[in-house]
Amino acid sequence: MMPDLGKYAVPVLGSYGATLAILAVLIGVSVWRHARVKRALTEAEARRARAENGGK
Amino acid sequence: MIALLVRDLRLAIRAGGGFGLGLAFFLLVAVLVPLGVGPEGGLLAKIAPGILWVGALLACLLSLDRIFALDFEDGSLDLLATAPIPLEGVVAIKALAHWLVTGLPLTLAAPLLGVLLNLPLTGHGWLVLSLFLGTPALSVIGAFGAALTVGLKRGGLLLSLLVLPLYVPTLIFGAEVVKRGAAGLSVEAPLLLMSAITLGSAAALPFAAAAALRINLR
Amino acid sequence: MSIWEYANPKKFSETAARILPVVAPLSALTLLVGLIWGFFFTPDDYKQGATVKIIYLHVPSAMMAINAWGMMLVTSLVWLIRRHHVSALAARAAAPIGLAFTLIALVTGALWGQPMWGTWWAWDPRLTSFLILALFYLGYIALWQAVENPDTAADLTSVLCIVGSVFALLSRYAVNFWNQGLHQGASLSLDKEENVSDVFWLPLLVCIAGFILLFVSLVLLRTVTEIRLRRLAVIEARERVE
Repeated sequence: MMPDLGKYAVPVLGSYGATLAILAVLIGVSVWRHARVKRALTEAEARRARAENGGK
Repeated sequence: MIALLVRDLRLAIRAGGGFGLGLAFFLLVAVLVPLGVGPEGGLLAKIAPGILWVGALLACLLSLDRIFALDFEDGSLDLLATAPIPLEGVVAIKALAHWLVTGLPLTLAAPLLGVLLNLPLTGHGWLVLSLFLGTPALSVIGAFGAALTVGLKRGGLLLSLLVLPLYVPTLIFGAEVVKRGAAGLSVEAPLLLMSAITLGSAAALPFAAAAALRINLR
Repeated sequence: MSIWEYANPKKFSETAARILPVVAPLSALTLLVGLIWGFFFTPDDYKQGATVKIIYLHVPSAMMAINAWGMMLVTSLVWLIRRHHVSALAARAAAPIGLAFTLIALVTGALWGQPMWGTWWAWDPRLTSFLILALFYLGYIALWQAVENPDTAADLTSVLCIVGSVFALLSRYAVNFWNQGLHQGASLSLDKEENVSDVFWLPLLVCIAGFILLFVSLVLLRTVTEIRLRRLAVIEARERVE
C-alpha cells in the first residue's frame, strides 16, 4: 500500500508531517479557544440573567 | 509649518542624545562588521554596500519612536492636530525634520565609513547619492510606523517589527545602486526605482500616517 | 436580501453556526481525498521523482497564504468604509491562518528544495517574498495584540494592512529585480502549455479546494470566537460598573 518513495522518503514524509502538525496546531488552538470563549460567555450571560432577575 | 520645522530641529539638537546616537550606531556597525568577518579587503569591498545600507537603516530605526512620542506625551500633538495646518502637513514636516537630523548626517558620514570597509572609490559617489535619495523614504515610512504605535507603552519593539518589512524595497534598490556603481555597471534602473519609492511614499504616506494619528488621538 | 445583512454579528453567528457543520466536514473530506489521492495514487515525476508529491501541500498553502492577505485587505477596507465590526473581526481571525499557511509553504518549500536544488534555503525571489509576507503577518498580528481599545486596534490594523499590501507588492517586484532565482514559474497559469500534466493536476485541484474550504471554515469559526469574545468583554465591563 505504501508507495515507494525511494531516496526522497525524508523530504516527502517530512513535508506531510510538518504540514499536518502545523494544521493540527492551528485547528486545535482555534477549536479550543472557540470552546473556552463559548463557555465563558454562557456563564457570563447566565450570571447576568440571574443578576437582572434578582434585582427586580 | 516652517516654524514647526525650526522647533523640531531645535528640540532635536537641544536633546542631543537621541539623534546623535544614530550616527554613533552607524559608525559602530561599520567598525564591528570587519571585526566579525575578518580584515580581508576583497570580501569587505564586496559586502560594503549592503553593510552600509543596513547600518543606515538600523540607525534610522533607532530614533523613529521619538518622532511623535515626546509630542504625544506632553500633549502638543493634540494641539497640532487641532491647529489650522493640516495634520498631513505636520507629519510631512516631522518626517523632514527626522531626515535632516538622521538621514542627512548618515549620508554625509557614509563615505568615511566606506573607506573603512574598502568600498571601491567609484562606489562612493553612488553611495552618497543613493543614501541621499533613499533615506527620505526611510524617514517617511518610519513616521507612518511611529504614528501607528504612538499611543502604546512598549511601542519601540513593535515599531521595528512593523517598519522593517516596509523598508525592504528601499533597502534592495539602495544597496543595488551602490553594488552596481562600485562594479562600474549601469545604475539607472535601481536608482530610478528607488527614487520612485521615495517620491511615492513622501506623497502618499503622510495621509496614511495622519489617519493613524487621528485614530490614536481619538 | 443583501450581503450587508451578515454584518449584523448575531445574524453572522447564526449563519456561521448553520454553515460550519457543512463546510468543516466537507473540507476535511476534500483534503483527505485530495491528499490520499496525491500521496498514494499518483506516479512519480520523471525528473523530480517522489518529491512531486509535495506539490499537493506546497501549492495550495502558498496560494491561500496570499489569498488570506487579500481577504484581510478587503475586510479591512469594508471596516474602514462601512464600519461593520464583523468585517474587522474577520480580518483579525484570518491573520493567524494566513501565517500558518505561509509557514507551511516555507517549510514544504525548504524540504522540497533540499533534494531538488541541493539547498534548504536560497535567496530566491519567491522564497524571499514569502519570508517577507510572514513578517507582514507577524507585524499585523502583533499590532492587534498591542492595542487595547478594540476599535482603535481595528482601525490601525486596517491602515497597516492597506499600506502593507502596497509595500508587499513593491517588495515582490524588488526581489525579482534583485535575483532571478531558482524557483519555477507559476504552476497554475491559464495557458495550458506550461501547466503540470493532468495526472498531477486533478488531485492538486482537489487539494486546493480542500485548503480553500479549510480556510473558510477556520475563518468562520474564529470570527464567531472573536464576536463572542467582544460580547464577553462588554458584559464584564458592565458588571464592573454595577
